[in-house]
Amino acid sequence: MLKDITLGQYFPGDSVVHRLDARTKLVLVIVYIVALFQAQSWLGFGLVTLVTAGCVAASRIPPKTMFKGVKPMLFIIVLTAMLNIFYTSGTPVLPGWIITWEGISRACQMVLRIVLLISGTFLLTYTTSPIALTDGLEMLLNPLRRLHVPVHEMTMMMSMALRFIPTLIEETDKIMSAQKARGADFETGGLVQRAKALLPILVPLFVSAFRRADELAVAMESRCYHGGEGRTRMKQLRMGRADHIALFLGAAFLAAMIALKRLGL
Amino acid sequence: MAEIKAEGLTYVYSAGTPFEKTAIEDVSLTIGQGELVAVIGHTGSGKSTFIQHLNALLTPSAGRVLLDGEDINRDKYSRRDVKRRVGLVFQYPEYQLFEETVYRDIAFGPRNMKLPEGEIDERVREAARFVGVDEGLFEHSPLELSGGQKRRIAIAGVIAMRPEVLILDEPTAGLDPAGCAQLQENICRYREETGSTVLLVSHNMDDVARLAGRVVVFDHGRVVMDGSPAEVFSHAGRLLEIGLNVPRASELALALRKKGVPVPEDVFTHERLLASLLALREGRPC
Ligand SMILES: Nc1ncnc2c1ncn2[C@@H]1O[C@H](COP(=O)(O)OP(=O)(O)OP(=O)(O)O)[C@@H](O)[C@H]1O
Ligand SMILES: [Mg+2]
Repeated sequence: MLKDITLGQYFPGDSVVHRLDARTKLVLVIVYIVALFQAQSWLGFGLVTLVTAGCVAASRIPPKTMFKGVKPMLFIIVLTAMLNIFYTSGTPVLPGWIITWEGISRACQMVLRIVLLISGTFLLTYTTSPIALTDGLEMLLNPLRRLHVPVHEMTMMMSMALRFIPTLIEETDKIMSAQKARGADFETGGLVQRAKALLPILVPLFVSAFRRADELAVAMESRCYHGGEGRTRMKQLRMGRADHIALFLGAAFLAAMIALKRLGL
Repeated sequence: MAEIKAEGLTYVYSAGTPFEKTAIEDVSLTIGQGELVAVIGHTGSGKSTFIQHLNALLTPSAGRVLLDGEDINRDKYSRRDVKRRVGLVFQYPEYQLFEETVYRDIAFGPRNMKLPEGEIDERVREAARFVGVDEGLFEHSPLELSGGQKRRIAIAGVIAMRPEVLILDEPTAGLDPAGCAQLQENICRYREETGSTVLLVSHNMDDVARLAGRVVVFDHGRVVMDGSPAEVFSHAGRLLEIGLNVPRASELALALRKKGVPVPEDVFTHERLLASLLALREGRPC
């Protein structure tokens, strides 16, 4: 079923990671990504892997769920691995082979890098509700308002889009079931036939999406929504001690990774 | 022909995630040829989940569904075939209309069955007649019609496949009283003329009392009562307890009994209530 797709879905929980401020987590993810790209040796990769594993453990998200998030990227991962294995020069594994030890090592590192990248960013969306996420983003980007960037409008659009993804998936599921009950076939046939078979889903989906958007706009206007000016929040974001510690640890981690790279390790 | 049997059906949504939810549990039920069965239960009790098993849209987490003694989830082909034999009309089916014209939308099902053009035409006209859609509407766009008309067209789209079993999930929800009555009459006539089995999910107990030959009550994913309307509605107290309404006449009878008027337990239609009250006044047994 479509519903079972976990694309950066929020998993409610009460772990340390869940309780951190959304802003802290956003900053930490950026720090994490920068740190990840400093890793060049097995020592560096080992350190990042250890840190990632620690964060996942602290978040109490089952590792199985984390791996499910990686699954859709499997194709890209395999492709990267292949390219690296076959196109890296060095000492052949066996005399005469094009596969080299260096290639294997490079491929492993690239795969590890992609998996870690996905895991790190998914950890953010798994442990932060979309609302908190966009609120955090809005506050982080707030200085850009001076440059007339419509920060509030952008983040509002984002939170609405995030809010409606599950609804649209559910709707798609329902329409698909209804058309299947009328004998529609989405699985067999050539490319053209399959594209045509999507019509009975797309038309009702668009009709209802537009209807919904219309209703939402009316509902917002009738509650006097008029953009970000002077708006207050029900849930105030607050930085606590845990946030300060987390940010400090993040900075230390980044410093360690940069030092490792400088030392050529 | 067309006997549906559910054996120990259990279905779990989003199994293996934190959102896991057991929607139905150990449901066993046999529905015979030609029956008109009403399925009732409060919101979220698993009715819609149950009926989606009967034409293999959902595959049970445990248990099986047999159509004439054969497992409908046997293979790909049986799962496809059962969709033709068991027609399912969803809740608010008007949202699934997509074709440019009413005619083509009703013809979608038969066309998927790869029937010859002549046969398709015949079925579309027949289905439209059953649900009371005028042929003058055939060339209109379904999206520009009223809600009630859309609903009829969506139902016609399923009837056009001539299913042996017709399942309707709250077909009258959101219709005006006249529209409700007309649609129910259409459904009853369809059943009488074709001899098909009809399964009706409904929240309106007065309709259930009037139409159904058998009532199945769902509560928290389980079947808690199953019997004739007289049997089921005689347990008015229990029904109210699990958050369901009872027919207006049953409600009245229950209140009268509480006041000491000896109205019999199996009164659930206005006619019966009136008859028994008259009988009581004249001192006859009722
Ligand atoms: N696609 C789904 N994913 C997860 N849970 C679901 C899904 N569909 C239904 N459920 C859950 O399963 C339970 C049974 O739902 P179902 O739709 O079968 O109830 P229902 O009896 O048809 O209710 P209603 O009278 O409101 O239509 C509910 O608790 C619901 O939250
Ligand atoms: Mg339902």
